[in-house]
Amino acid sequence: MSVDATTVRRIAHLARIAVSDAEVPHLQGELNAMLAFVEQLSEVDIEGVEPMTSVTPMEMKKRADVVNDGEIADVIVRNAPDTVNDFFLVPKVVE
Amino acid sequence: MTDLTSLTIAEAREGLASKSFTARELTDAHLAAIEAARVLNAYVLETPDRAREMAMAADVKIARGDGGPLAGIPLGIKDLFATRDIRTTACSKILGNFIPPYESTVTSQLWRDGAVLLGKLNNDEFAMGSSNETSCFGPVTNPWRREGSNTTLVPGGSSGGSASAVAALLCMGATATDTGGSIRQPAAFTATVGIKPTYGRCSRWGIVAFASSLDQAGPIARTTRDAAILMRSMAGHDPKDTTSVDIAVPDYEAAIGKSVKSMKIGIPREYRLDGMPAEIEKLWSEGAQWLKAAGAELVEVSLPHTKYALPAYYIVAPAEASSNLARYDGVRYGLRDPGKNIIEMYENTRADGFGDEVRRRVLIGTYVLSAGYYDAYYLRAQKVRTLIKKDFEDCFAKGVNAILTPATPSAAFGIGEKGGADPVEMYLNDIFTVTVNMAGLPGIAVPAGKDTQGLPLGLQLIGRPFDEETLFSLGEVIEQAAGRFTAPKWW
Repeated sequence: MSVDATTVRRIAHLARIAVSDAEVPHLQGELNAMLAFVEQLSEVDIEGVEPMTSVTPMEMKKRADVVNDGEIADVIVRNAPDTVNDFFLVPKVVE
Repeated sequence: MTDLTSLTIAEAREGLASKSFTARELTDAHLAAIEAARVLNAYVLETPDRAREMAMAADVKIARGDGGPLAGIPLGIKDLFATRDIRTTACSKILGNFIPPYESTVTSQLWRDGAVLLGKLNNDEFAMGSSNETSCFGPVTNPWRREGSNTTLVPGGSSGGSASAVAALLCMGATATDTGGSIRQPAAFTATVGIKPTYGRCSRWGIVAFASSLDQAGPIARTTRDAAILMRSMAGHDPKDTTSVDIAVPDYEAAIGKSVKSMKIGIPREYRLDGMPAEIEKLWSEGAQWLKAAGAELVEVSLPHTKYALPAYYIVAPAEASSNLARYDGVRYGLRDPGKNIIEMYENTRADGFGDEVRRRVLIGTYVLSAGYYDAYYLRAQKVRTLIKKDFEDCFAKGVNAILTPATPSAAFGIGEKGGADPVEMYLNDIFTVTVNMAGLPGIAVPAGKDTQGLPLGLQLIGRPFDEETLFSLGEVIEQAAGRFTAPKWW
């Protein structure tokens, strides 16, 4: 399988990465090189094989469902590029 | 007094206990070495004030007799580990001036045991790379050079800063992380010892995530014993990482010098690649003979799905990365580039903040997870991963204790030499290491010799799940036989 220029633009938008028209051919070439490389997986017989979803077979430990942290809004927003009164500020999304 | 920076951790521990020198003196010696070696670009942030403070605190504790296993030992920390109140960037522009209000579990355990923070070490951006050339702080220089040459070589990656700093005596040991070979490949390129423990051995909490089902933290050090000392402090169960395993952490150092007699060592025939350099081949059989001489039994084994590990990795790792890196949105931390609306703000921020390699992997990961392609790529790769893991399980079920392989297909290469035209060329560096991540197993790289140009080469040992001790015992045998290698100082 390989990707065309339209697909590259669609993927970039899905990934929320701005890509200029000038960059598309180059990216297309790189992505197709990677897709060509992984193509060899199609020769593996995976009939009846379960996908690996957990590295170590174990029951996930659950923590007690209790409040053990909090009241640190100022710490949470400290690294944000733009805030007001402990809120994250973003460009207007609702008219 | 010998230069304090050339001591091993084990030697420094003794010197501190016998009051031959203080932790402050040990730290000062390293701070001076770091300052004199800035040309290597191993550190992206030096923290001398914090280091002296921690060293003096260690001296007080040592005097009181409650120093802890790493009291006064100066370490470098890969910039992927969150360090409280100290800038942590994963060497990406998109994290900008991120100052974590928390400490990673692994580093907090090192400080609990008395270690001293010298600074943050360079790495490939988000740990994506095999040469440390993708860092937003620029490449790291390997202290090793080809004999009679001034060519600047890469230290490997992604933990290139860690490997370079340990090899150049700029810290006694370093933390590192390994998703496809990022501890073992740079260790092999710099004649240092690096171990990627079993998945789940070290907590991933507070480590900038790349591919969560593959990422593991581990140490890089100058000897197998030092790596074992660091491992004991770094490992252990953490309720904040649900994949961290709740089993006791052994005294890894006790495995050093333990007999390897009658251990079964597998030599996998699929690792004998076409066109493999003769010196790698020679090193591999030499290593096997050393283990045999120590009483181990060599057996040829087969890992039939080996060749599919790297392509499967380049689906699984970018897929997980594309998901993990979705958090860099210009809202909660790091860089923000303005846009006409919020979508444009996201797109501009991420275009500006991610480097080429990271962008490439996020895009490929997004593609293989996108509607209509998930089964063909991601699901298939996860099934292949099951087969890769089963290869190892079958091998261990036949009584094999560990598997011996080369660590890398070549010695260190020059900056700008690889991957320029085709990204896959760079990826092939991890051909011997990536299987281990795919199967979640422990793997150690130990220096074993030099190539014809005088550059270090390493061997890899792959162990059973949670049997890092056997790797330390076998690694020590190789170290004793091969000797230790120190880069001649030119900087």
